[in-house]
This record gives sequence, C-alpha cells and structure tokens, in this order.
Amino acid sequence: MMYEGAVQDLIDELGRLPGVGPKSAQRIAFYLLASEQVDVERLASTLIRVKNDVKFCSICGNVSESEQCRICTDTRRDPTIICVVEEPKDVLAVERTREFRGRYHVLGGAISPIDGVGPDDLRIRELLVRLRDGVVTELILATDPNLEGEATATYLARMINPMGLTVTRLASGLPVGGDLEYADEVTLGRAFSGRRRVD
Amino acid sequence: MYVRHLTVSDFRSWRSADVALEPGPSVLVGANGQGKTNLVEALGYLATLSSHRVPTDAPLVRSGTERAVIGAAIVAAGRELRVEVEITPGRANRAKLNGSPVPRARDVLGALRLVLFAPEDLAIVRGDPSERRRFLDDLVVARSPRMAGVRADYDRVLKQRSALLKSAGAARRSGGNSDLRTLDVWDGHLAAHGAQLLSARLAALAALRPHAAAAYAQVAPASVELTLQYNTSLTAALPELPEAPVPDPTLLEAVLLSELARVRSAELERGVNLVGPHRDDLDLGLGQLAVRGYASHGESWSTALALRLGSYELLRSDYPDGAEPILILDDVFAELDVNRREQLALVASKAEQSVITAAVASDVPDQLQGARFDVHDGEVRRVR
Ligand SMILES: Nc1ncnc2c1ncn2[C@@H]1O[C@H](COP(=O)(O)OP(=O)(O)OP(=O)(O)O)[C@@H](O)[C@H]1O
Ligand SMILES: [Mg+2]
Ligand SMILES: [Zn+2]
Repeated sequence: MMYEGAVQDLIDELGRLPGVGPKSAQRIAFYLLASEQVDVERLASTLIRVKNDVKFCSICGNVSESEQCRICTDTRRDPTIICVVEEPKDVLAVERTREFRGRYHVLGGAISPIDGVGPDDLRIRELLVRLRDGVVTELILATDPNLEGEATATYLARMINPMGLTVTRLASGLPVGGDLEYADEVTLGRAFSGRRRVD
Repeated sequence: MYVRHLTVSDFRSWRSADVALEPGPSVLVGANGQGKTNLVEALGYLATLSSHRVPTDAPLVRSGTERAVIGAAIVAAGRELRVEVEITPGRANRAKLNGSPVPRARDVLGALRLVLFAPEDLAIVRGDPSERRRFLDDLVVARSPRMAGVRADYDRVLKQRSALLKSAGAARRSGGNSDLRTLDVWDGHLAAHGAQLLSARLAALAALRPHAAAAYAQVAPASVELTLQYNTSLTAALPELPEAPVPDPTLLEAVLLSELARVRSAELERGVNLVGPHRDDLDLGLGQLAVRGYASHGESWSTALALRLGSYELLRSDYPDGAEPILILDDVFAELDVNRREQLALVASKAEQSVITAAVASDVPDQLQGARFDVHDGEVRRVR
C-alpha cells in the first residue's frame, strides 16, 4: 500500500539505500516520524554536512576532511609502497591490522560489467600518475577476495607488471567470495605479511 | 547418517512442524495437498540449499510471512550436528551449525547428505540440457561441498562475461575497443572455474556410470543397457574427452582458453558465452537409442530412478565411514509397476534412513512399513 505525500517519499528514499528493503524502510520512516524534532534535525544536518564537507583525497581517493588525507600527508609513512583497495572502508580494515605502514590508493569499486563498471570508471589513471616518478616500488593489490576483486587485481597486475614494479596480492586464507571488510584483523594481518608476487 | 529431528517454521504450508525421526524407513501418509512433500523438500533444502521443485526461494516461505526456518539434528558416525537455515527471499540465506552462525550459508553444505527421488526427476530425462547439467552439478557438490563455491563463481563469471560481450560487441560495432581490454581477464576466470567444474563433472560421471547402469539393470531387467555420455562444447578442440583418467584441470583450462580465442569474434557478435561447461549436456541412451525422444514412459521413469539410485550408491561408496546418505522417496511408488516398486523397496529398506511420502499407505511396499506418520490439517502425528 502507499502512504500519502512526504511519508511515502521518505519510505522511497530510504528504500533506495543499500541493504534496506521495503519493510525496513517503512519501519525506519515511522521511527523517524515518532522521534523528537531535535534528533531528526541533527540527522538531517549531518547528512547535509557529510555531502558538503567531506571530500575525497586528491591523491589516494580516500574520504578526507581536507584536500589531502592524513595518511597521504603523514611523512612517517613509507612512500615506496601502495596498497590498492576498492573502497574507503577497506582502508579502515587494513589500518586496523597495523601490519601496513605504506600509503593507499582507493579505486572506487571493482570491474563489474553487470553494473556497467569498467577500468575507465575506476581511479586507475590516477594510480598510473602516482607511479610515474619511480618512488613507488611495490604495489599490493588488496581488492576483495571475490570474483570482481580478483578480476580487477588481474587486470591491474597485467598492466603494471611490465613497468618493473613488484606487484603482490594478499595471501590466500581470506574467506573466498567475501569482502575485505569482513575479514577479521588477525586473518587480514596474516594475509598481508604473507602476500605473494603476481606475474 | 540419519536425521533425528526436523523442525520447520513458516516453510511452505507449515506454520510450524516438529518431527522426531529414527533410523530405518519412515513413511509420511496423508491426502493430497496436506504438506508431505513440503516436509521432505525442507530436508532437501538443508542438504543442497535449493528446492527440488522451484528455482527461486519465494514460494518456499509461507504466504503472508517474510522468512522460513528449517532446522535438523543430524546424527553421523555417532556424533550429532545441528543445522539451521533461514530463508529470506531476495537476501542471502543465513545458517547456523550447532547454534553458531557460519559466514556463508553454503558452509553448511555437506552436513546433511541425501538423495531425493521425486516425480520432478522425469525432467532430468525429458527436459532441457540444463536439467541434466543441474543433476550432474548437484552430484558434484554432494561429493565435494567445496565445489558449490566453484559452481557459484562460474555462474557469476558467465553473467559478468555476457554483460561485457554485449557492451564490447556494441562498442566494436561503433568503432571503439575499450571494453576488450578486460575481456582477457574474464576469459581467464571462465577457463579457470570452468575447467574445475568440467573436471569434477567428468570425475562424477565416470564414478556414477557403473552404479547407474547396475541400477537400471536391476529396475528394468531383461532390458538394454543404460549409457551415459558426456557431451561437450569443446569438441572442436577435444573430440574425445577422456573420463578415465579424468583430464587435469590445467589441461582443460588451456583448452578452454584456446577455444575462447577461437570463438571470440562470434561471441562479440552474438553477445553470448559460446564455450564452457554451461553449454554441455549429458547424453542418456538405452542401447543404441537416445532416451530423450525415444524412450517409453516406463523406460523414462526407470532411467530417472536409475540415475537417483546410482547416485545413492555412489555417495554411499564415497563415504564408507558411517556417513551414508539418507534416501528420500517423494510420491514415487504410485508411478512404478510392481517389479520396480520391489527393487526400489529393496534398496530403501537397506538404507540407514529413508523417508517416504505417499497419499495412500498401501502404495508403499511392505518392507518399508517402518515408522508411520499421518500428515493432516497442519499436524504430523506418529501413528506407528
Ligand atoms: N508458500 C506457501 N504458503 C502457503 N501454502 C503453501 C505454500 N507453498 C505451498 N503451499 C501449499 O502446500 C500444499 C502442497 O503441499 P505438498 O506439496 O507438500 O502436498 P502433498 O502432501 O505432498 O500432496 P500430494 O499428495 O498431492 O503430493 C498446497 O496446498 C499448497 O497450496
Ligand atoms: Mg507430494
Ligand atoms: Zn590520501
């Protein structure tokens, strides 16, 4: 059934969010309707602020409050090694392991023809620019251990290997078919230290 | 192994059901539409994470409710294991082993092993090649649950690759070639996963053949021989696909890759995946004639029965250590003549556990008159 006006609009908007089905959208909408005015206003202003204030780092593509993110500007981090991930949340997952002291490159997704995502839709050109000055000597491909992540890693490895860099992939042991985000810290940490060269 | 206890809630017609079972035969009797098949379908779902009747999960959830839950206590080699699967259509299933959630539902595959024979199996014999591929792939996964991942990945590669072929084909026709750069990568994935699947199918088929032929000779004596032949889309490269020894996946991978290169132009033109195990078939024959299109109704039934009984014997011999599969016979005795009933009863009566459904108790042969349950009005009542 359809509700009138704003309520239905809200349900429709919420229903467009990832992982929110029609039933949950309806539940959240009525929860908000019953909430205090101030709580709803805080949520609304946070939504606006996130869109206005949060930027993407011009170097690595991670979310950042300024033009360049904290990791890219931290001089204690190793500039010779870049870990390539799909999404900003993967940076967090890798950071939690404390195994990695280099810098990141966020692709913004993985190659997936079903979703119309090809290499040109990812931040691959930006990655190649970063590799140009020869400072970077190793690239760790930490895309998700699923089909699309593997395809993206294979594509990158084939493109970058001829450039003479060491290209490595996380060691197996990650849950296959999964998401980097859901790998526990110990497993992910072990996958990092056991990474192997791809040719 | 045997199921000691089955529970379902909001599964098909069942608001809830709770059935205590024992080793040996159990017969579920009830009028049409009382929910007998629904109960054995639940067992089948626990074993394979799919229904033997419908390709999607929506019909499995009781109408008006959002999710169904199936649970079973399984005893194998003296140890008990509890498995639970929650089905919510449109979302990934969730599952538990001994009460703890597992990362992915398919991690419970292998906990319950069974062979289910049902009227729908006639489609293996008479239906499209996809029915026979499914039969083989189900057998592959039953033998080695790890293959469920390979099978799922292969299906996903096909979807990704056909989406790419369509867009790359369109781009090529308008003069561009950007999408082609990633096609090589998907070729590699298709070949790698396809080779594993193909190799496992050939191994399963080679192992099944003697069991299926013996089962056919048993259910249809004084008749011709049942033959099973793998029919591959790789004939241009491998006219003779040897099954024994089963070709090494690395060899098959190389063959798939070279075939993909050969047909690339045609694939781009048509926007479909033209080579790989998804194009293959299992040819069934009786003597010199194909079953499909030639066999009589009774011969078709015997063939379907022989494939299932052969699978049962194969899975039994795969795991000789007290993990023998359960045999489920859904509404099949009414379809069989006296001799085939007796042969089937002979096998079922020797099974560690068998679960049999029938609308009329007298359809079930005497050897299988073990525990009896009446299924009526949303209740399962043990009557013997
Ligand atoms: N999702 C569902 N929600 C509610 N009822 C359902 C659902 N799916 C199937 N049913 C009902 O379940 C009944 C069929 O049950 P089932 O196939 O188990 O019957 P059966 O006892 O095996 O009968 P038969 O002897 O004819 O094979 C039908 O009446 C059907 O309407
Ligand atoms: Mg039935
Ligand atoms: Zn940065």
